[in-house]
Amino acid sequence: MHNFDFVKPSSVADAVAAMSGEGAQALSGGQTLIPTMKQRLAAPAVLVSLTGISEMKGVCMGDGGLSIGGATTHATVAAEAAKYYPALAALAGQIGDPAVRNRGTIGGSLANNDPSACYPAAALGSGATIVTNMRRIAADDYFQGMFTTALEEGEIITEVVFPIPEKAAYAKFVQPASRFALTAAFVAKFKDGVRVAITGASNDGVFRWPEAEAALSGNFSGAAIEGLTVASDGMIADLHGTAAYRAHLVKVMTKRAVAAAH
Amino acid sequence: MTKVTMTVNGKTVSAEAEGRTLLSGFLREGLGLTGTHVGCDTSQCGACVVHVDGKAVKSCTIFAQDAAGATVRTIEGMANADGSLSVIQQAFQDHHGLQCGFCTPGMVMASAALLAENAKPSEAEVRHYLEGNICRCTGYHNIVKAVLAASGQDVAAIAAE
Amino acid sequence: MPKDGGIGASTKRREDVRFLTGKGRYTDDINIRGQLYAHFVRSDVAHGRIKGIDTKAAEASPGVVKVFTATDFSALGGIPCGWQVTDRFGKVMQEPKHPVLADGKVRHVGDPVALIVAETLEQARDAAEAMSVDIEELPAVLDMKDAVKDGATKVHDDLTSNLCYDWGFVEENKGAVNEAFAKAAHTVSLELVNNRLVANPMEPRVAVGDYEDHSGMHTLYTTSQNPHVIRLLMGAFVLAIPESKLRVVAPDVGGGFGSKIYHYAEEAAVTMAAKVLKQPVKWTASRSEAFISDAQGRDHVTKIELALDKDHNFMAIRTDTYANMGAYLSTFAPSIPTWLHGTLMAGNYKTPLIYVNVKAVFTNTVPVDAYRGAGRPEATYQLERLIDKAARELGRDPVDLRRQNFIKPDQFPYQTPVAVVYDTGNYDATMDKLLEISDHAGFAKRADASKAKGKLRGFGIAHYIEACGIAPSNLVGQLGARAGLYESASVRVNATGSISVFTGSHSHGQGHETSFAQVVSEMIGIDASQIEIIHGDTSNSPMGMGTYGSRSLAVGGSAIVKATNKIINKAKKIAAHLLEAAEGDIELKDGKFSVAGTDKSVDWVGVTLAAYVPHNYPLAELEPGLEETAFYDPSNFTYPAGAYGCEVEVDPETGKVDIVAFSAADDFGNIVNPMIVSGQVHGGLAQGIGQALMENCAYDENGQLLSGSFMDYAMPRADDVPFYHVDHSCITPCTHNPLGVKGCGEAGAIGSPPAVVNAVIDALHRAGHTNITHIDMPLTPARVWAAMNA
Repeated sequence: MHNFDFVKPSSVADAVAAMSGEGAQALSGGQTLIPTMKQRLAAPAVLVSLTGISEMKGVCMGDGGLSIGGATTHATVAAEAAKYYPALAALAGQIGDPAVRNRGTIGGSLANNDPSACYPAAALGSGATIVTNMRRIAADDYFQGMFTTALEEGEIITEVVFPIPEKAAYAKFVQPASRFALTAAFVAKFKDGVRVAITGASNDGVFRWPEAEAALSGNFSGAAIEGLTVASDGMIADLHGTAAYRAHLVKVMTKRAVAAAH
Repeated sequence: MTKVTMTVNGKTVSAEAEGRTLLSGFLREGLGLTGTHVGCDTSQCGACVVHVDGKAVKSCTIFAQDAAGATVRTIEGMANADGSLSVIQQAFQDHHGLQCGFCTPGMVMASAALLAENAKPSEAEVRHYLEGNICRCTGYHNIVKAVLAASGQDVAAIAAE
Repeated sequence: MPKDGGIGASTKRREDVRFLTGKGRYTDDINIRGQLYAHFVRSDVAHGRIKGIDTKAAEASPGVVKVFTATDFSALGGIPCGWQVTDRFGKVMQEPKHPVLADGKVRHVGDPVALIVAETLEQARDAAEAMSVDIEELPAVLDMKDAVKDGATKVHDDLTSNLCYDWGFVEENKGAVNEAFAKAAHTVSLELVNNRLVANPMEPRVAVGDYEDHSGMHTLYTTSQNPHVIRLLMGAFVLAIPESKLRVVAPDVGGGFGSKIYHYAEEAAVTMAAKVLKQPVKWTASRSEAFISDAQGRDHVTKIELALDKDHNFMAIRTDTYANMGAYLSTFAPSIPTWLHGTLMAGNYKTPLIYVNVKAVFTNTVPVDAYRGAGRPEATYQLERLIDKAARELGRDPVDLRRQNFIKPDQFPYQTPVAVVYDTGNYDATMDKLLEISDHAGFAKRADASKAKGKLRGFGIAHYIEACGIAPSNLVGQLGARAGLYESASVRVNATGSISVFTGSHSHGQGHETSFAQVVSEMIGIDASQIEIIHGDTSNSPMGMGTYGSRSLAVGGSAIVKATNKIINKAKKIAAHLLEAAEGDIELKDGKFSVAGTDKSVDWVGVTLAAYVPHNYPLAELEPGLEETAFYDPSNFTYPAGAYGCEVEVDPETGKVDIVAFSAADDFGNIVNPMIVSGQVHGGLAQGIGQALMENCAYDENGQLLSGSFMDYAMPRADDVPFYHVDHSCITPCTHNPLGVKGCGEAGAIGSPPAVVNAVIDALHRAGHTNITHIDMPLTPARVWAAMNA
């Protein structure tokens, strides 16, 4: 990979300052960025590690819901969020593999917005708020297509706040090589309605499935969406599955998430 | 180049590293600890797993400078103080949990991390935990058996040799 | 009680200690003072004409020592092919040039165009970005059937077409086979694809070239399964270095599975560069590079037909296969779809007439060569899928139909219609054993339990035969091999009785250091700890052919037996002298020589010391010392066989297949180390399951590799496979090698793919999907679901 200057600030303020430099890029857990740099597909001049910023780490319950620091690893979320939001903890425990979960972070995953990543489904499906050093962004406004988000240059995700639903679950159908989601559904039942977010399926990245949300808000059971069909237009087609297959899996995984929700 | 200092297998060590120097390269080339292997470039295969501050990480997917000051343990630091094989290492030999030996350091380090978290894992838990470590030789049978045995569970009933 | 040493004991592996403590010494662990680093600039298009290469900017890049291109290698030979196949018209195959660096044209993504040598690897890679390679892209030749049509774009402009050869076997039988089909009461046919695979040993390839200016001595450290073969091919055909000036070392090697047999361009390039630059040059492949530069495996497209009489006896088999060679001929590539494939088309069955046609085709893809099994998995897959289909169409039980057509134990030696003679076997025994260990009788109950949880359960059986112990040299010479396929061993007994065994076999996971020592320990009766097995260095072992094709114990082990017998014969002469007895009266037992019927004896060390301190020694008749070399050339192949049973559950909603049980009953002949043998089977099974369900080396319409990393090439993981039930208690010893062994390394990968696919088809049929007669591998969830919803 190209060489770069490595800096490791210990506060958000220092990180923001470091990010203002020419060609600076944030490095969180690095589980996607480092392989990308090895392929020389990313070549930052300065890499700003966020892993030394203690104020960006941790899981705690607050007024707005469960707050997770942007530099909190998947392993920490899997362990510490379990008592507050088991579906979210379970999702974090399915990302990558144990060694990846010990490094990869929620902020890094959401900033990257891989169309097959798990966390975008949780954030969108929960109606989470992405908090940055500059502002608070609703998940519905945050995800803007594959690898595209509302983040501005130099903006750092410091925290993600998840409202806690009555019931929720994540059902992931694994792409057998990468272990990312071939298609996965996050379903969350709130007092005022159900949210369904799908990852892995669409060329536009994570998306909500409004027809299923409407049907499930009236009747929270797999039967409620049995009659729905999902169009394969815009679905990802690759070595691992056709667009039609992914469209089919959207419904299957949603039903499984509904059945598993607790 | 920056001088990077960390504790590796109980010793404080220093070596020069570029920004782009990965922990795996730092260990292998900087410190001559070639037991840590690199089998892929996409953070999939797990041959490079070491412990950083007690947690299993893929040393090919963390920069050496990001591990500055950390406590690192590699396969070279896994044997007992008297040089004899540790329980996990011994179980891998006893149950033929390795063939070519290339994935083995990562397998041992991942297995040690598993047993530290979960002293008596089920077969399914072992298989799930090791999903980030690819072995092309053993078909995993004897690796899973070795990890179960290392946890003190009776593996006599597991089919065949 | 199981033995605790010698032949038949599950001795723990001695090599494990170094591997478990990080003390293994793999090629990438070797760093020579002053070493430079190599990076290959590779083609990013599948087919194109090189219009120009501008190396100036790269040469000016920091740390760069030299940039090599094809011109620097123009005086050298190309990468040679080790096997020449003659086609069905008596013409030799078309054999293209294979330059070390692409010359004029690039022919696959990954074809090396230039070699950059720099002080650090990252500097070499930085310089690669400054290189300007102007390539005029040409249409990529990918589909094999299109490639051999008139007017197709040619991969090699100087060949007449993309057809390497059109092989017919046995050509003289063709008419009789066709007649049998015309007369048959039933015929069954199947078209199938044997998917292209990437071997992916966990250690990527590495080559370090070193050169000693004052002596002209070259040393190449390389990740090879056969260092002597590399020395011969590279020394004699590419670089014109006499063997005496070329040492090839293959130290600990992290798996091979065939992909590390071949002589690769990178080996020649770093060897040459080290001489030019007078500094060591090291190249380490990244995994991404391995995907586009290691020879790949399989890739056959086949139509197979079976003719049966009214009683369902097999009358004839006819096959029509297109075999992908890729862009160049890798070392043994031409032999794989022919002599390692056509000769196995009889399987375990007494089919009297067989005709195999194979068209080998050049395409703009990475070269294809042997991968675990090599030809034999392709043959087994066709046959065992077809027999299952036949059983279904005829309403027969697939086990019964196989049994009816098995070659019976009293028919051995059995001459097949495809040249080979099976020496021994008992296929009913392995089938019986499989049904027992897989609890075949309890399947219906388990299927009901699966149904209750919404899953479709199926049971699939396959019975395989393979030809191992490669090979009788005179026979393979007639078939086009450009090498002998014997094996060598030197047994050096040291003065105080310890033994150093130098073998031409090479261990890259097989545990030779342990099992070969067991053999010698058994023969002499001394503890195995006194015996060292040394391999992998052409400077200390006799010319050997290396490890592949499950040959190490059957051929390499036999060479060790032969050399050890020479040692024992000489030691007996020495003992006879020491004991003042006739040589014929000397018995060797438990490391002690005694005179039959007396209490007179001398122990092993007494004899070995006498050999090297010949004070009381028959110097007039006998040389001092105790060291013997033997070369063993087998008189036939060995024929391991076995019955495999796979049980699957299919998720009807997603098409996902779970392997819930896998049983393997193998006849490997005699067993030296049962633990190691089981381990070999386990590994083969995972690779076969991987081929059947997950692994797919696929190219897009432009010849770009779609599965170019572990992100898309699905390697089986621990949670993709179950515990296996393996058994090797059915033993018909090989009749023609001294150990009675057959070889076990590839069986798992040969027998398992058809068992898995048969199980999935069985599950789908039981669930009423009787229209599904076949799904091509890998049976990914998407493919199974698509078949169910077609």
